[in-house]
Amino acid sequence: MHIVVCIKQVPDSGQIRVHPVTNTIMRQGVPTIINPYDLFALEEALRLKDKLGATVTVLTMGPPTAADSLRKALTFGADRAVLLTDRYFAGSDTLATSFALSMALKKVAEEFGKPEIIFTGKQTIDGDTAQVGPGIAKRLDYNQLTYISRIVETDLDGGTIRVERRAEGGLQVLETKLPVLITMLEASNEMRRGSIENALIAARADVVTWNAQAVGIEDLTKCGLRGSPTIVKKVFAPTARTEKAQIVEAEGKADARAAALVEAIFAKAPAVESDLLENAAQHYV
Amino acid sequence: MAEEKKPAPAAGGGRANTKKELPEHFKAYKHVWVAVEIEHGQVHSVSFELLGEGRKLAEKRGVELAACVMGDDRASLEEAAKACFEYGADCVYVVQDPALKHYRNETSTKVLTDLVNTYQPEILLLGATNLGRDLAGSVATTLQTGLTADCTELAIDDEGSLAATRPTFGGSLLCTIFTLNFRPQMATVRPRVLAMPDRQEGRTGKIIEFDPKLVEEDVITKVLYFIADRDTDKANLPYADIVVAGGLGLGSAENFQLVKELAEVLGAEYGGSRPLVQKGWITSDRQIGQTGKTIRPKLYIAAGISGAIQHRVGVEGADVIVAINTDPNAPIFEFAHLGIVADAVTLLPALTDAFAARLRVNRLAS
Repeated sequence: MHIVVCIKQVPDSGQIRVHPVTNTIMRQGVPTIINPYDLFALEEALRLKDKLGATVTVLTMGPPTAADSLRKALTFGADRAVLLTDRYFAGSDTLATSFALSMALKKVAEEFGKPEIIFTGKQTIDGDTAQVGPGIAKRLDYNQLTYISRIVETDLDGGTIRVERRAEGGLQVLETKLPVLITMLEASNEMRRGSIENALIAARADVVTWNAQAVGIEDLTKCGLRGSPTIVKKVFAPTARTEKAQIVEAEGKADARAAALVEAIFAKAPAVESDLLENAAQHYV
Repeated sequence: MAEEKKPAPAAGGGRANTKKELPEHFKAYKHVWVAVEIEHGQVHSVSFELLGEGRKLAEKRGVELAACVMGDDRASLEEAAKACFEYGADCVYVVQDPALKHYRNETSTKVLTDLVNTYQPEILLLGATNLGRDLAGSVATTLQTGLTADCTELAIDDEGSLAATRPTFGGSLLCTIFTLNFRPQMATVRPRVLAMPDRQEGRTGKIIEFDPKLVEEDVITKVLYFIADRDTDKANLPYADIVVAGGLGLGSAENFQLVKELAEVLGAEYGGSRPLVQKGWITSDRQIGQTGKTIRPKLYIAAGISGAIQHRVGVEGADVIVAINTDPNAPIFEFAHLGIVADAVTLLPALTDAFAARLRVNRLAS
């Protein structure tokens, strides 16, 4: 079986800072990581590899430095790394991204065999759209399984897969035919530790690197900014509320300050006070 | 995997593609649509919230507001259509088919795509729920149009285009996104970001039946069964009247107990900021903010939360926001209504006692 895991290298969101005057992102020195949601996808792929035997290819689109994240994935046990990189991809929105990745996935299928399963994380921590996985599934005509919390059974001979999918108020148990695209839900598994042996292999491994031409993209207007139907017109920081927060200036010990805060809260939210009192009275009766 | 678009350069290089004329074949696209989410016969309230906002957009554009409802059961579809009219729809497309008993990407994508191609709406809105995001991504890719996820504000600009605002860069800034040259303009909005509109009893409109031409045997994905969540300890943050939340300022997972204790006295739901999920102090269903739950309580108490934009957009709908933070310059004081500069670890137990005492005194008095 061949499994492809699509990952994205993202800035560590906890360390993103916005310049207080210019409202621009200060990228310098912000470390990059594999999008945390993608690790659940990678781990699930590696578990299938352990259980059923499979080759796991990791694929990413990004700048040349994204090779670091691919090597990291190899240390966890992925077998092959593919980097899709080209300046024509710059400024891609989700539709242009799923186009480029779907072309790369077709090339992966030609070169290394058609993947029965493509995994992605449920979304990224920088874009937060959850749109690229479904986009790839639609373009490649793979059956789409999003927000999967558990793979119940994979029947390679029968060409079917059974999964549990997070839905409103419960889990849907779905069965469908391979090939499928799965977006894994967070906390669905726990990422293994990379082995030293794999780390040594990863450090020396060749990262297969393709540009737009290499994956057969002839129409470059489908890529990057030009291939993106959405247009970002404005980036801004939200303004402070015109009315400043009323600060409770009570002095003294915590209990005195807390009492002052309770009075201030009830003064601001009289409806909450009456609701609470009504509730308290009912419990008393 | 999602590739966030880089913002256009601030000055000088005006984008060549921002001013293109809408292609001729898209000019017939008219009206605002909401794809209504129904599961187990129940309409998700995010659909009504979207109808409330869609009403404003439709009026600004001088067009109709339509809702699409799909399912297998006649009675629940009719009830859903009635509710859609009462929440502001002028028209409801009703799609009934046994194959639509449960939500499935395959069937719903086909139905919604066919509806759009047949009736050609200019704007299509969906809830940013698991169902809505699963469907919206497929439909937008099939139609090859723009889709903006998790919007916090929708508006019509001077040229009549949908201006969809959402957080960007992991929630550290906001951006406004347009789909100028393609139709429909698609957007998703999370539950509780928009206010629930008033229901106008007896308001009605026209129903258009649509035959989806589905054949169950041709549908590849099957729903075998549904495992309902047990109701115990399931957070219902979006619809709670009072919410108490903690952040990294609490210092340790043990101190998070102080948040739970206050919540219990107030009969409130409790939650936390994103870093607490990453640290494992709380489960992800209790995360409040852009990537967690959006809340609209009457009272929100944030203890030891600095108030990053991604948190702010998830709580701004609260009637009264109370901030407890040691740092007087923390961003949370910029959007809180009431604040106190204090260490949450010391103040929370005192606050719990003060509320308990106050409620007890009044109870005795009554």
